[in-house]
Amino acid sequence: MPGKLKAKIVAGRHLPVMDRASDLTDAFVEVKFGNVTFKTDVYPKSLNPQWNSEWFKFEVDDEDLQDEPLQITVLDHDTYSANDAIGKVYIDIDPLLCSEAATVISGWLPIYDTIHGIRGEINVLVKVDLFNDLNRFRQSSCGVKFFCTTSIPRCYRAVMIHGFVEELVVNEDPEYQWIDRIRTPRASNEARQRLIFLMSGELQRKIGLKVLEMGGNAVVGYLQCFDLEGESGLVVRAIGTACTLEKISTLPATATLPSNSSPSKDIKEPVFGEEGPGVPLSSGPPTPLRAQTFSSFSPSKSYSRQSSSSDTELSLTPKTGMGSGGSAGKEAGPLKALLRQQTQSALEQREYPFFTLTSFPPGFLLHLGGVVSARSVKLLDRIHNPDEPETRDAWWEEIRQEIKSHTKALGCHAVVGYSESTSICEEVCILSASGTAAILSSRFMQDGPLETDHRLSRQPLVFSTGSERVDGDMGSTASLGFEEMVPPGCEFCHIPYDELNIPFPAQLTYCCCCRRYKVPDVLFTTIDLPTEANITGKGCLIQARLCRTKKKAQGEGNAMAISNLLPFLEYELHTQLMNKLKLRGMNALFGLRIQISVGETMLLGLASATGVYLTALPSPGGIQVSGKTPSDITYEQHISNMQKKINDTIAKNKEVYEINPPEVVEEIIGSPIPEPRQRSRLFRSHSESSDEVSEIDLSHGKKDAFVLEIDDTDAVEDIHALLTDSPTPAGFYSCNTEIMPGIQNWTSAIQMFTSVRVFRLNNVNLTNQGLNKVFSDLCENLLKSLYFKLRSLVPCCLCHLNFTVAIPEDELIQVAVTAVAMSFDKELTLENGKQSGDKSLKKENDEQLQFNLELNAEMSSSNLSSPKGLTEVGSHPSAKDRCSSWIEQLRLKAHTIRRGSVKTTSSLEKASPLPEGRSRSLRSNRSYSGSSVAVVRMTPLSFIPGAKIIKYLGIINMFFIRETTSLKEEGGVSGFLHTFIAEVFAMVRAHVAALGGNAVVSYSMKECVFMENPNKNQAQCLINVSGDAVIFVRESEVEAASVHPQSAATQTSNGEGT
Amino acid sequence: MSVELDVFVGNTTIMDKEVYQLWLNGYTVNDAVTLRIEGGVMEECEVLLSDTMDQYRTFQMCERLLHHPAKLANQLLFQIPPDRQAMLIERYYAFDDLFVREVLGKKLSKGTKKDLDDVSSKTGVMLKSCRRQFDNFKRVFKVVEELKGPLVENIRQHFLLPDQLARDYAAIVFFANNRFETGKKKLLYLTFQDFAFCAGQLINNWTLGAVDNMMEDMDVDLDKEFLQDLKDLKILITDKDLLDQHKSLVCTALRGKTNVLNEMEANFKNLSRGLVNIAAKLINAKDVRDFFIDLVEKFIEPCRSDKWTSVDVNLYLTHYTNSAHILDTFKHHSVWTRYMGVIKSCILKMYHE
Repeated sequence: MPGKLKAKIVAGRHLPVMDRASDLTDAFVEVKFGNVTFKTDVYPKSLNPQWNSEWFKFEVDDEDLQDEPLQITVLDHDTYSANDAIGKVYIDIDPLLCSEAATVISGWLPIYDTIHGIRGEINVLVKVDLFNDLNRFRQSSCGVKFFCTTSIPRCYRAVMIHGFVEELVVNEDPEYQWIDRIRTPRASNEARQRLIFLMSGELQRKIGLKVLEMGGNAVVGYLQCFDLEGESGLVVRAIGTACTLEKISTLPATATLPSNSSPSKDIKEPVFGEEGPGVPLSSGPPTPLRAQTFSSFSPSKSYSRQSSSSDTELSLTPKTGMGSGGSAGKEAGPLKALLRQQTQSALEQREYPFFTLTSFPPGFLLHLGGVVSARSVKLLDRIHNPDEPETRDAWWEEIRQEIKSHTKALGCHAVVGYSESTSICEEVCILSASGTAAILSSRFMQDGPLETDHRLSRQPLVFSTGSERVDGDMGSTASLGFEEMVPPGCEFCHIPYDELNIPFPAQLTYCCCCRRYKVPDVLFTTIDLPTEANITGKGCLIQARLCRTKKKAQGEGNAMAISNLLPFLEYELHTQLMNKLKLRGMNALFGLRIQISVGETMLLGLASATGVYLTALPSPGGIQVSGKTPSDITYEQHISNMQKKINDTIAKNKEVYEINPPEVVEEIIGSPIPEPRQRSRLFRSHSESSDEVSEIDLSHGKKDAFVLEIDDTDAVEDIHALLTDSPTPAGFYSCNTEIMPGIQNWTSAIQMFTSVRVFRLNNVNLTNQGLNKVFSDLCENLLKSLYFKLRSLVPCCLCHLNFTVAIPEDELIQVAVTAVAMSFDKELTLENGKQSGDKSLKKENDEQLQFNLELNAEMSSSNLSSPKGLTEVGSHPSAKDRCSSWIEQLRLKAHTIRRGSVKTTSSLEKASPLPEGRSRSLRSNRSYSGSSVAVVRMTPLSFIPGAKIIKYLGIINMFFIRETTSLKEEGGVSGFLHTFIAEVFAMVRAHVAALGGNAVVSYSMKECVFMENPNKNQAQCLINVSGDAVIFVRESEVEAASVHPQSAATQTSNGEGT
Repeated sequence: MSVELDVFVGNTTIMDKEVYQLWLNGYTVNDAVTLRIEGGVMEECEVLLSDTMDQYRTFQMCERLLHHPAKLANQLLFQIPPDRQAMLIERYYAFDDLFVREVLGKKLSKGTKKDLDDVSSKTGVMLKSCRRQFDNFKRVFKVVEELKGPLVENIRQHFLLPDQLARDYAAIVFFANNRFETGKKKLLYLTFQDFAFCAGQLINNWTLGAVDNMMEDMDVDLDKEFLQDLKDLKILITDKDLLDQHKSLVCTALRGKTNVLNEMEANFKNLSRGLVNIAAKLINAKDVRDFFIDLVEKFIEPCRSDKWTSVDVNLYLTHYTNSAHILDTFKHHSVWTRYMGVIKSCILKMYHE
């Protein structure tokens, strides 16, 4: 009996009138956990009952604690007839099971009814007393933390990243059970909600067990999905990345913050504490310091504890590596190969070297190969035995194997940014998986934590111990080798595959940053832009949209037809993406997400990604239009007009996104690689073929993607599509990744939103082109509407703009989007610039600093590591000096860091001018006192601009069903869904506030299944949302007031919890 | 191809002030879109239509909460910043002076509501908006009717209205409760603000709450005891000596200070009789209703026909009030002060030159 769950029902408010005669309600509450039920007294004749019950205690296994939700039902007492249910509250106990998350759930929670929606609120208190259970064969996995966030959570440090975890559970869908014919819709909905709660609890517990087995303590990038397979059942599946996380204590950092002006020793500490070596992204502007903190020199707490283990580890790995070293990377030299080898072996032990993370601790990601994806079409059949979900497991197994082999073909050993999805129509199901092939550093994947700073600081120690001389030597070389890999912002672009053995037709050139390694001409990835990446200009959202008609068919034939269509769909999506990318003058896509949705008579494809110009990659060529019959003069003219339009658009886009690649620099250097092609390609109107195609099993073959032949009617459409994509209005930017490349100074104004549209295609006989246009217009109009709605936030960026498409029934297209609009400050940069001389100077300084570090780190390649840096070397002579010894190098590094830190703190202060910061905090204070409801922010991103997350309270994973039989009365389909989405938001906010949190990060709406029957005046909708509940504090507040940040934090949480 | 469903929900509820006003004014979605296009927010009809529908839906969902503004602050469905909440409430409860002038003093009953279409066509305020305003009046009336304590304060607390608006509502409630006649032709020149001012004077001085704000029966009704006492003032006109004495005192005091002294002298008895008679009759509910019409007929019109200026009126009333205290046989000083204080400020407000 390892746990005691305690619940207390305090009060209710805003209850509905249940007794028409008296206009009042006689409410009481049933509290149920597992099979045990308690009841409160009836509080007669009140809409605001005060039950103030005793503590109801449930003594339960921790396994049940993980699986079961606490179920609270509010009822109206009726002396003569059956009691009427007012509504229910399901409370996920999971956050209370982890010592580092929430300790109590306390607050007003909406009482929800699947037919009537929210009907008042109930104030509850829930606690859990856990007893330690050392039973080795336990089935529970209490204490494993779950994060939806797809990066290392902000206040944690990754000690180790173990790898992929997956699990799925299946059950019969209550909606399709025979009993559903005789029970009420409410009963059926509640059975479904409860079942899904149970299943996701079970799923989470099982995943937790796997994590414990692997030796981890957390799952990051936890992605849970439902497959509503209809007749054949209900599948809940999840994937994630198992990690060992360590909390970064914020106490010393914040405590020393006010003393920033004191000498360097003081400054060094906050540098470490504040950012932490494991924190990959920071909410604020990525000042040079932030990009480099992983190599900060300050002694870390974990150093002394873990150094011994990493020592032994170090001494072993080079030996194994030595034998086979030197074969892989030609230019990298043996050291690199050796390291690669060792990582490879570490990875090969895993069944699937997949990572659901999309951004990584610096230095983790070495090379990116490109997107790998796999799809398969399956016919669903009834799941006969829910305890043995083997078929579904096997299906996914197949797909993952395919992904794995694609990865190998790209010369990579891991997949990052991995995700899985399904699309179901009747009995056909498309399973998809995609990710980015990559080569990773072994740093986070071995048995000891190998932080860079550990290596550095250990160095003298190793040399001094004579007995370990050999090991020490190896260690030092390994470290050296590692140091070489400190990314100069271009390394991840370098091809991981063998140049002579390119797995697909790609045009390779030398890296425009370092000029030493080969890079592809375009790079597609599913991850976020690495923080260290060198980019030119700003990014933008790029979407490819496609609609394909399909004949109605049944069973096998249908599945066949679909799988025949899929390759064409993907090919065209890819071409569209590539064209649009070129049209914007960019050369890389991040956060690529291709969604294919299947309906009875059509297939829908939507690819979204964020385009950027990677400085390392060559400048993209334009798009050339050519006619097949160049005889007709008017025709020629038409083509040349078209060509002109395209060229103009490209030029305009380059201006809008501030893409002006540093061509001048190349000339100054006098390009070390004689490459006439490089020159000429700048003027060439069309570039060569793409990569990535073969990973999705499509080869462009000889056909050049960027010569659009006008004879082809499709091509005419394509060009029109290209040119009709309406530009984003001034002041707006958009991306589907976590952060917008090129924008940094976010203000604290954020607005998360969900928008859903359903289109009916009345005209049944639409052609493919017609359908394409309809679909494309639908997306464009939706975007336009969003821009208009959010115009008050300008200048602003729509981040994490992810569309979800579905075909709910024949002739209907549903598009749902959840994103966040974040406003940023244009003025601020200018001011800052002025303060430090002028804008460009400041920028140069930053870059220079960054460069210095890179230079130091990359000792061997100090001369050519960055073309940008080279022009600036003169201004900073110390960088030119070659460092002969390690110690000297370290000193130099430490020095730079110290300088960097001073600089950052000062610029940080500038970035949030005090008056503004004050007024902001004042405002927030007022809002707390002014209204009794705590403000809870929501964002699909993993951070909140201008704020620091100080605690993760646990995962929020909620599933709701809403049904109505009075659709017209509720304002039609729009009114119905509008209310429902607002209710879902309200419930998420209330649960977060009850946990003591003030924000949800990494929020996403996984599922929004909407069904209607207007003739019967009925509609039903299912929504599944998830995210991480957190407590954040404003950076300005942290700086301004708190002597004891901890107490301040509890204060805020108390204030909001009530 | 048609849009079947189109919703946008923000974590912080987005509300456009301009659209809110259009909604409050009772425009249909299509009219609102046309107006917005004319306003130049954006040309694209489709986008505007979608936005307007969305906003209208949001407002409709909020309306239920706006009926009990206190709920807006502690409901969970919409996350609305406090300043926005205040804006929503204030605008929702705002009314058209033209409209309120039509229903002021009328019983807030179903019958009156039925006649709103006439009011609408007369004032040019859309019927929908009329209904909202009327329902607001009625709602406020119903809530404060039962409450103890000061009227304005009650309204402000229960409906979270800004001070001025709360005062206006107090006036409306007060007028509706006492059924003051305001629709007669002779009163048409008076604006709502004139009446609101007078209502404020009456509430502050003539109600029970004015004496003791802890009383059960509060600000809505006039102080019966006081009305009873007003009868005693009749002595000022029934006693011939007293009347003459009063007249001479006033005229002496006014000498040399005004151009209309002769008219004042000639009219003194008439005017004094008029004012004292109003006082004496106020005990009858029917005569309370005619309070304003009486003031106009008995005092304001005679003065106006003699071309008194506001300054003249002020002077006259000041001395008229003060002189009564010097009369040796006149004993009802406190009642007189309480009565004349209000009468004077009401007349001054109602006296448009």
